[in-house]
Amino acid sequence: MLEIKDLHANINGKEILKGINLTINEGEVHAIMGPNGSGKSTLSAVLAGNPNYEVTKGEVTFLGKNLLALPPEDRSREGIFLSFQYPVEIQGVSMVNFMRAAVNEHRKYKNLPPLSASDFLKLMRERKEFVELDNSLANRSVNEGFSGGEKKRNEIFQMAMLEPRLSILDETDSGLDIDALRIVANGVNKLKNPKSSTIVITHYQRLLDYIKPDIVHVLYKGRIVKTGTPELALELEKKGYDWIKKELGE
Amino acid sequence: MEEQSYIELYNTYSETIKKNSHEILNCFRDAAFDKFKEAGFPSPDSEHYHYTDLSKAYKVNYGLNINRIPIKTASNELFHCDVPGIKSHLYYVVNDTFIRNEQKDILPDGVVICGISEAAQRYPELLKKHFAHLSEKSTDENVLFNMTFAQDGFFMYVPKNTEITEPVQLINIMTGNADIMANSHNIIILEDNAKAKLLVCDHTQNDRTYLSNRITEVSVGRNAAYEHYKLESTGNKHTNICNLLIEQQEGSKVLTNVITLQNGLTRNNINISLNGEHAETKLCGMAIGNNTQHIDNHTDIRHNVPNCTSNELFKYILDGQSKGIFSGRVMVKQNAQKTASYQTNKNMCLSADAKMYTKPQLEIYADDVKCSHGATTGQLDENAMFYLRSRGLSKSEARLLLLQAFTADVTENINVSALKERVKMLVESRLRNEQPKCMSCAMCK
Repeated sequence: MLEIKDLHANINGKEILKGINLTINEGEVHAIMGPNGSGKSTLSAVLAGNPNYEVTKGEVTFLGKNLLALPPEDRSREGIFLSFQYPVEIQGVSMVNFMRAAVNEHRKYKNLPPLSASDFLKLMRERKEFVELDNSLANRSVNEGFSGGEKKRNEIFQMAMLEPRLSILDETDSGLDIDALRIVANGVNKLKNPKSSTIVITHYQRLLDYIKPDIVHVLYKGRIVKTGTPELALELEKKGYDWIKKELGE
Repeated sequence: MEEQSYIELYNTYSETIKKNSHEILNCFRDAAFDKFKEAGFPSPDSEHYHYTDLSKAYKVNYGLNINRIPIKTASNELFHCDVPGIKSHLYYVVNDTFIRNEQKDILPDGVVICGISEAAQRYPELLKKHFAHLSEKSTDENVLFNMTFAQDGFFMYVPKNTEITEPVQLINIMTGNADIMANSHNIIILEDNAKAKLLVCDHTQNDRTYLSNRITEVSVGRNAAYEHYKLESTGNKHTNICNLLIEQQEGSKVLTNVITLQNGLTRNNINISLNGEHAETKLCGMAIGNNTQHIDNHTDIRHNVPNCTSNELFKYILDGQSKGIFSGRVMVKQNAQKTASYQTNKNMCLSADAKMYTKPQLEIYADDVKCSHGATTGQLDENAMFYLRSRGLSKSEARLLLLQAFTADVTENINVSALKERVKMLVESRLRNEQPKCMSCAMCK
């Protein structure tokens, strides 16, 4: 589904990704772990097409298409979804209008007619329940005044609305208490299907208790330095990242 | 020296001008002319007109209708520029001439809406009491120029305890087969406890060069409520100077909302005097500019007595080489204790060549007041753009959504719901770079 080959990327002229290789197949859940500053968020931003990052080398194929040639909106319409680590607050834009525009743009891309107002509201109601999202939140401005937990639930709600093929959860667990974490993780699990894949980016093993990965990668200094089974995450939790650094001879 | 030609014009034709106008207007002419002779046109060297140079606009050889030659119109056919869904009492000022709607208009008892020259004939005492009451004290060069030449305008009188429930709509149209200058002087009177809403639409017809210089004086009595909306959608060869002077008495409430969607060069001088305690005023405005549009809102709110509230909000979206100017003075006199005054100006420059000049100016001489002001100028939020696009919205849709959100708090300040919907739609089509056409009016078809 997703194939990343020798991906290099810069921000403000500084190289962050230094040759990422990663293959994700349909239905798989991959966890990417790593210390601060290793490039985890950069990888997710580059996959989603954030224009602040510059890809200097390498290629990314998604469902047979050259992902890097697509603008962010087309990546989304092709089925990529990034759950932001820091969801953006947008004053004056209501969640309803935002989601209606987004859903209908996705439909247009697939040559489907726009949803009627009543069908759309029905879909909203249904998907809100995935993450136990309050009714009033949907009528407010996008993320404005949302608590940390509400913002993350709102990300997963948007994911539920857009039904992506590949979801990238960028530190979705940061800033969540245990209850919110469970709600968010349940939402993600309910949305899983054999055709969809997930990249879970996290510092901690905790989230992986709820969202079970098939494969765990360790990202360090812009490269994937270790790949293993879910036990690798447990080992990291126990030993910390120093152990990896030692293995690398640092 | 373009003023010289107008000085000569007045010296030669002052008798003609006076002959075709009423004494109530004429009695201010010579004094205004003398002051204008002294002052001339506003100079870009002056602080007030620093960013708005009118010398080029005044240099054009315009025709002035000082002989009051009737304008041939079939007003019903030409100008039914109503905002669909709103029933309004509809009137026109074509160039500088008031034109009555041919359909019979039913107004509440005692309400008078007519042209200034007609008001001078039929209600001389009433007009005399209010005409130039505020403008007489002005030293603004454009006001002086207007008072030298203006012969007609719009007159509205709402007696005490009377409400006009449906909005009154005044459409200013510049039209002609030559370049035309129009000076008109409007008088609006709301007596105690009166209520009225006025929607002013500015339009131009065909591609001539026009200059309009209008004075609107509004007297708002005790506990009266007045809403003044101005919607400007004119051509790029139009210089539009509006002098809006409002005086509020005790307990009165005024909402002013001036929206520029399309224009050439616009200068709005808005002066609001809070002269009675517990008066409230809300002054909003927005401008959407591209190409070489020039929008200058010059506002002056005066808290002359204690316990009044003023709330000011202006927003600009500037693209191309357009230029926006906002200068907002709030003056709190020494005895105006317990004043609450808030001013916000937020601007977005979408291109490198667009320019915004903002000057908030608070002058506070009282010591027990709540006053705040803030001004920001920036670009579209890139993070927000990426966030919206990452959900599948195209760049243009994302931009539209953000710009609509940016203008929302101004468009929300329209209390006539049909008008609010209409304005939102016009803003959207304007932001899509379409001509903001109302589609219902002959001028837009």
